[in-house]
Amino acid sequence: MTAATGSPVQLAVNILVLAAIYALIACGYVVIYRVSRVLNLAHGELMMLGAYLLLAIAWQFNGHWLAAIAAAAGLSFLVGILVYLFLLRRMTGEMVLAAVLTTIALGVLLRGGILLFWSAQQQYPAQRLDLGNFALTLPAGGRISFCSALLVLTTVLVYASLFFFLRFGRWGVRMRAAGQNPLLAAQRGVNLDAVYALAWGLSTLTGSLAGMLISLDLGLDQTMAIIGLKAFPAALVGGLDSLVGALAGSLLVAAAEVLAIHYVDPLLSEVVPFLVLIAMLIVRPWGLFGTREELDRV
Amino acid sequence: MSRRPRASGHFRSAYAQDLALIETRCEMSALAVLLVLLAVFPFFASAFLLDLANQVFLASLGAIALMVLTGYAGQVSLGHAGLLAAGAFTVGILFKELNAPLLVTLPAAALVGALLGVVFGLPSLRLRGLYLAVSTLALHFLVVYLGGEYETKRGYSTGIVVDPPTLAGRPLSDGRTWYFILLGTTAGTLLLCLNLLRGKTGRAWAAINSGETVALSLGIGVAAHKLLAFVISSTITAAAGGLFAYYRGFVSVEAFSLFVSIQYVAMIIIGGMGSLLGAILGAIFVTLFPYLIEACLRALPAAQRYAGALFAADYAAFGAVMMLFLALEPSGLVGIWRRVETYFLLWPFRHRQIGARRR
Repeated sequence: MTAATGSPVQLAVNILVLAAIYALIACGYVVIYRVSRVLNLAHGELMMLGAYLLLAIAWQFNGHWLAAIAAAAGLSFLVGILVYLFLLRRMTGEMVLAAVLTTIALGVLLRGGILLFWSAQQQYPAQRLDLGNFALTLPAGGRISFCSALLVLTTVLVYASLFFFLRFGRWGVRMRAAGQNPLLAAQRGVNLDAVYALAWGLSTLTGSLAGMLISLDLGLDQTMAIIGLKAFPAALVGGLDSLVGALAGSLLVAAAEVLAIHYVDPLLSEVVPFLVLIAMLIVRPWGLFGTREELDRV
Repeated sequence: MSRRPRASGHFRSAYAQDLALIETRCEMSALAVLLVLLAVFPFFASAFLLDLANQVFLASLGAIALMVLTGYAGQVSLGHAGLLAAGAFTVGILFKELNAPLLVTLPAAALVGALLGVVFGLPSLRLRGLYLAVSTLALHFLVVYLGGEYETKRGYSTGIVVDPPTLAGRPLSDGRTWYFILLGTTAGTLLLCLNLLRGKTGRAWAAINSGETVALSLGIGVAAHKLLAFVISSTITAAAGGLFAYYRGFVSVEAFSLFVSIQYVAMIIIGGMGSLLGAILGAIFVTLFPYLIEACLRALPAAQRYAGALFAADYAAFGAVMMLFLALEPSGLVGIWRRVETYFLLWPFRHRQIGARRR
C-alpha cells in the first residue's frame, strides 16, 4: 500500500489500510451468509468484475471519477441481483454445499470471462479517470496514499450504513428475519426471493467498491481475486454472521499479516490469513462474534 | 451392494450373489472386452493419445480418493491439490536431497499423505460441512506455501526437475511403460476402494454420511472412521501426486493451485456423487475437456485469431459446465448413464421408482 518504512506509526497505518480492505470485502461474505446461509466463494471474482466494470465505463465520465465509481457500483448491484435470480435461486432446497460449489463454479466462469474480455494485462483505471494518487502526510510522520484514505473512509461509511440499514431499515429488518428463520419470515409475508436478491446485490456492491478502490491504488489484473479470497478468513475469524465480527476479524488478520511481513518473511503474506483461520477453527470455530449453533446447521 | 437391477430378468437368490462384483455373463464379457481394449490400446495409440490416457489415469487416482472421502464418507475437502502437492514435493525433495530411488520415494509420499490425512482430518472431528471445507482450503494454502518455501530457500525457484526413475534396472521414460504402470495402479486402487466400500468400513462411512448422530448411536466409531477416510483418501492422493511428479519429471507449486482442487471437486460432481464409476467418468471428462475446447476453437473459422484466448475460453467453459451440472444434473454423468441403462433394462415397461425425486 504505502511506502514500507518501519516506523510504528507507518505500521499502524498499513494495518489500518489493509484492515479496511479486508473489512470492506468481508462484509459481502457476511451479508450473504447471514441472510441466506450461503458462503459466496465467487466474491473475489465479483469484486474483480466490479473493478473491470469501472474500467469499462471510465471513458464516459471524463474526469468525474466519483460519478464513474457510483455508476459502476450501481451496475455491480445489478450484477449481484442477476446472479441470484439466474443462478442461486435454482439452488434453493439443494444441499448447502451444492450452493457453495455453484459459487465456486461461478468464480471460475467469471475469471475466464474477464480474461477473455480484458486480457491478463495489468490495467490502471486511475489513469483512465485522470485521478492523481498523491500521498498524504499524517501528523505523526506516517504517509497514506489518497486512494487508501478514500478506501478507509468508504469502509467506515459502508459499515455505518449497513449497521443502520440492518437495524432500522424496513428491508434490513426483513433481511435479518429471513436470516433467522426463513420459514417464519416467509409466513409473515417477507418476500424471500426479493430479500435474498437484495443481499446478493448489496454484497456485490460493497465488494466491487473494494475492488474499484484497490484497483485505483494498485492497478488491476487477475490477482485481485486472490485478495478477495484472503479477506474470507477475516470474515470467518470474526464470525460469518456478524458484521462487528467482520471488522474485528479484519483488524486481527491485517495486523497479523502486516507484522508477519515486516518482522518475519514477506513470502508469508499469502498464507498468514489462512494460518489465523486455522488457529481460529481449532479454538473457536464459530468465530469471535459468531453464533454457536451455526455449526450444526450444515 | 446396489439394489438396482443389473440385468433384465436377473434375480438374486443367495446372499453371496448380493456381494459379487460381477453377477452376469454379460458383465463378465463386457469387462473382458474392456480389459483387452485397455491392453492393446497403447500399441495402436499415438504418443499424444498415450499422454492423454496417462493423464486420465493420474486424475482418476485423485478423483477416486476424493470420491471415497466426499462421495461416500461425506467429508468435504477443498484441499485436494495440497495433498497432491505434498506427495509430489516429497518425491521431489527426497530425489534432490538424497537421490532416493522410486521404491523409497513413493512409499514415503504415501506415508506423508497418511500423516497429512490425520492433520486434514482432525478438524473434521469438530467441524462439519462448510466449516470443514474451509479448514481443508486453509490447509491447502499452508502445504503449498511450505512447498514454495522449499523451492525458494533451496534455489529451485522455477521448480524441481525429477529425473525419470528406474524400476528393476529399466528407466521409466517411455509413455507405454507409464501407461501400464498407471493402468495397474488405477485398477488396483479401484479394486481396493471397491472392496473397502462394500465391507464394514464402507458401511460405517455410509452411516456417517447419512447421519452422524444415528451412526454414533449404532455403535460406529465416528471419529475413528472419519479419520480413516481422510487417511486412506490422502494416502492415495499423495501417492498419485508422487507418480505425477515422476511422470511429468517436474515439480512446482504452480501446478497445485486452488484451481486444481476445484477441478477435482468438479470431477466428482460432474461424474456423479457416490459412485466410483462417476469418479472415473468425471476424471476422463475434466482431463479431456480442455482438449475438446481447443478442438472446437480450431474448428472455427479464423482459428488463429482465437489462439490467445484459448486458456481463458477453456477456463470460462469449465466454470459454465460445472455450473450446468450442479444446477441441472446433480447426479452427474453416472446419473445420465444409469437412466439410459435403466431405460433399456426395463424396456418396454418403463417405470418410475415410487418416491424417487423428480427433477
